[in-house]
Amino acid sequence: MEEKFAYVEGAEQPIAMHPKKFALWLFIVSVVMIFASLTSAYIVRQSEGNWLEFDLPVIFWYSSVVIVLSSVTLHYAYTAAKKDELSKIRLGMILTSILGVIFLVAQWYSWVALVDRDVFFVGNPAGSFLYVFTGLHAIHLISGVIFLIIVLISSFRYKVHSKNMNAMEMCVTYWHFLGGLWLYLFMFLLLNH
Amino acid sequence: MATANTATNSAAAHDHHDHEHHDNFITKYIFTTDHKMIGKQFLITGMLWAFIGGLMSVIFRLQLGFPDMNLEWLRPLLGGWITADGALDPEFYLALVTMHGTIMVFFVLTAGLSGTFSNFLIPLQIGARDMASGFMNMLSYWFFFVSSVIMFISLFIESGPASGGWVVYPPLSALEQAMPGSGLGMTLWLIAMTFFIASSLLGGINYITTVINLRTKGMSFSRLPLTIWAFFLTAIIGLLSFPVLFSAALLLVFDRSFGTSFYLSDIYIGGEALPNTGGSPVLYQHLFWFLGHPEVYIVLLPALGITSEIIATNSRKPIFGYKAMVISMLGITILSFVVWAHHMFVSGMNPFLGSIFMFLTLIIAIPSAVKVFNYLTTLWRGNLIFTPGMLFSIGLVSFFISGGLTGIFLGNSAIDIQLHDTYFVVAHFHLVMGSASFFGLMAGVYHWFPKMFGRMMDARLGYVHFWLTFIGVYLVFFPMHYIGIAGFPRRYYSWTTFEFTNMYTDLNMFVSVAAIITFAAQLIFVFNFFYSMYRGRVATLNPWRSNTLEWTTPLHPGHGNWPGEIPTVYRWPYDYSKPGAEEDYIPQTVPLSATPESNLPHEQELVKLEKEIIADEEADLVANEARQV
Repeated sequence: MEEKFAYVEGAEQPIAMHPKKFALWLFIVSVVMIFASLTSAYIVRQSEGNWLEFDLPVIFWYSSVVIVLSSVTLHYAYTAAKKDELSKIRLGMILTSILGVIFLVAQWYSWVALVDRDVFFVGNPAGSFLYVFTGLHAIHLISGVIFLIIVLISSFRYKVHSKNMNAMEMCVTYWHFLGGLWLYLFMFLLLNH
Repeated sequence: MATANTATNSAAAHDHHDHEHHDNFITKYIFTTDHKMIGKQFLITGMLWAFIGGLMSVIFRLQLGFPDMNLEWLRPLLGGWITADGALDPEFYLALVTMHGTIMVFFVLTAGLSGTFSNFLIPLQIGARDMASGFMNMLSYWFFFVSSVIMFISLFIESGPASGGWVVYPPLSALEQAMPGSGLGMTLWLIAMTFFIASSLLGGINYITTVINLRTKGMSFSRLPLTIWAFFLTAIIGLLSFPVLFSAALLLVFDRSFGTSFYLSDIYIGGEALPNTGGSPVLYQHLFWFLGHPEVYIVLLPALGITSEIIATNSRKPIFGYKAMVISMLGITILSFVVWAHHMFVSGMNPFLGSIFMFLTLIIAIPSAVKVFNYLTTLWRGNLIFTPGMLFSIGLVSFFISGGLTGIFLGNSAIDIQLHDTYFVVAHFHLVMGSASFFGLMAGVYHWFPKMFGRMMDARLGYVHFWLTFIGVYLVFFPMHYIGIAGFPRRYYSWTTFEFTNMYTDLNMFVSVAAIITFAAQLIFVFNFFYSMYRGRVATLNPWRSNTLEWTTPLHPGHGNWPGEIPTVYRWPYDYSKPGAEEDYIPQTVPLSATPESNLPHEQELVKLEKEIIADEEADLVANEARQV
């Protein structure tokens, strides 16, 4: 029995950061590397010529607004969690999840808009890259929405409050990152298409 | 102090074992979250792969050394890949070299080396109960396992495994019509590598988190053993480079299966134009080598770290230039990301860009030379103890020098025009990366076997294994330099078809015989490994009289590593043969206050600080005990 107790107790951590949060940041680094490599591949390929020129779908502007709004609502939920206001947490989380889904739908319609102007996934890499950027980002965003829903469910079980912010904080970090990632991709495309 | 500690530890270990029996077979050996068992899983899987990969090299060496040999006797193993007249199928030859490369680089020297020792040693040497996330660690192994299974299956499909070289350059790998191996075999290769990347990332994230967050009291970065520094930096390299391989592979998947043209442009097959336009095959090379070059250091750095530890221990001397070692490894880490295009000097890249990459590449010689210098100066006038692990470490240094020198040749873009894709390159990287890392792996297994299985490996068999392997490796790879300088390209099925290579038939026969002997010598190791696991001499707690923390654990550490409190660290890990000290080693757990006779002036000043810390700790202990009662 004695040993078991000692094992559970563990040593004091030299760094204040929670290991899981730290691991999330490292995961974010690897996602950054994926998109950094893809966007640099885009530039390298573009510089070689034979590049299809087309206008970006206008809907990207709307989806960008939606993703920024979702970050605002998530921040609202986060501050509510710090003050233990459960109903506000739920409101904020539900709004964020809905906005996340709206963003995904908007991205889908951006693909529809691309097809309408004859830019397909198969064809000149200029278009293909656009589908890869948005598609891969959307997959990550889906994982973000799942994370949001997990935290939302645990808030219904009274597990999200000012004394237990780990899951919430990780969710917030990830979501803001995904929003920022989209803004980066959009800006990149605006400057380089 | 130290002896008292270990005595209580071993006594307590027995109590602890009673608890461990609650684990059933599945949670203990299969879906385990214990980093030590996961490390062993990686080791055994890596050994299986090394056997398969080595066997492949023997088969294609048979073709290269004895082109007229009747290989009918291999039909039970290779079936249809032996042609009707008893020769090796040329397509399968390409598959063999491809799979040999993939298996050795990724499955043996990345997963088998880094996976084994990062998992096994990080928590033990930094004083942690386990990895930051045992579950993620378990996932990491099982992703690797799934990846292994898929890659293994691809060896047996009718169209053969991937055959476009381990670098799988498009368009060869992207078009099913290009060669049989670019069909299903290539698809399976990509799926397996995706799982492998996921496994590496899960592992790497865990290693970094653990090293940064879970060090025991007193274990500052400047007191980390160099093994941990190496694993830590390796994990960082992996974290930054494997996602890029993922991008490269993802675009390749789209080109293969969805008809996009990221890498394909203006291709005619059998007179028919393909619809793909606008792609760039060089783009793939950039993406691939952005992983590919750091991968070299993912393979090598852990081996260098293991060597630092073993050489210092068995020279009974502190490692020469600890800080210089850390800084060189940092330098190598950073430089590894800015030299990738030296693999592409002849790809039609802008020659000016080539000269920049050449410059950056040659800079890597500096940290590498610093490391070699430090190994040699650590050995210099040490009380050398030639354990098998030590011999393999010294062997690593030898390969690192002889293979590193040819790296300076190849790094020059002008010389590379002649040497590119010849056997000179094969000789270079097999020495500096392949054999050096393999020797690091072997050194690690011999050195930490007592901690892994509580028994010693047989030293005499170890010596035989070492000398056969060491001499064998040189006999295999040294002649290859000459063949390469003569201009013979790698991956070619046959030597006899060209006038200028006819004269190397003898040399190739020699290389093949040496390769077969070297491969056979590994069976000695396999026997030694499994025999010693059950029948070896039972190890003492600290058989090498080493300083690091793993030797303060019980002989068979349970899940949690230390019964009772985790030891505190009071000094760096290299206090060997300290002037004035009673013994020629002082473990990291011995406080400075316990060794006034050997303390240096600045350490004497630290004693006061240390006493305060110890007092704090005693208070903690008392409080803990009070709670337990």
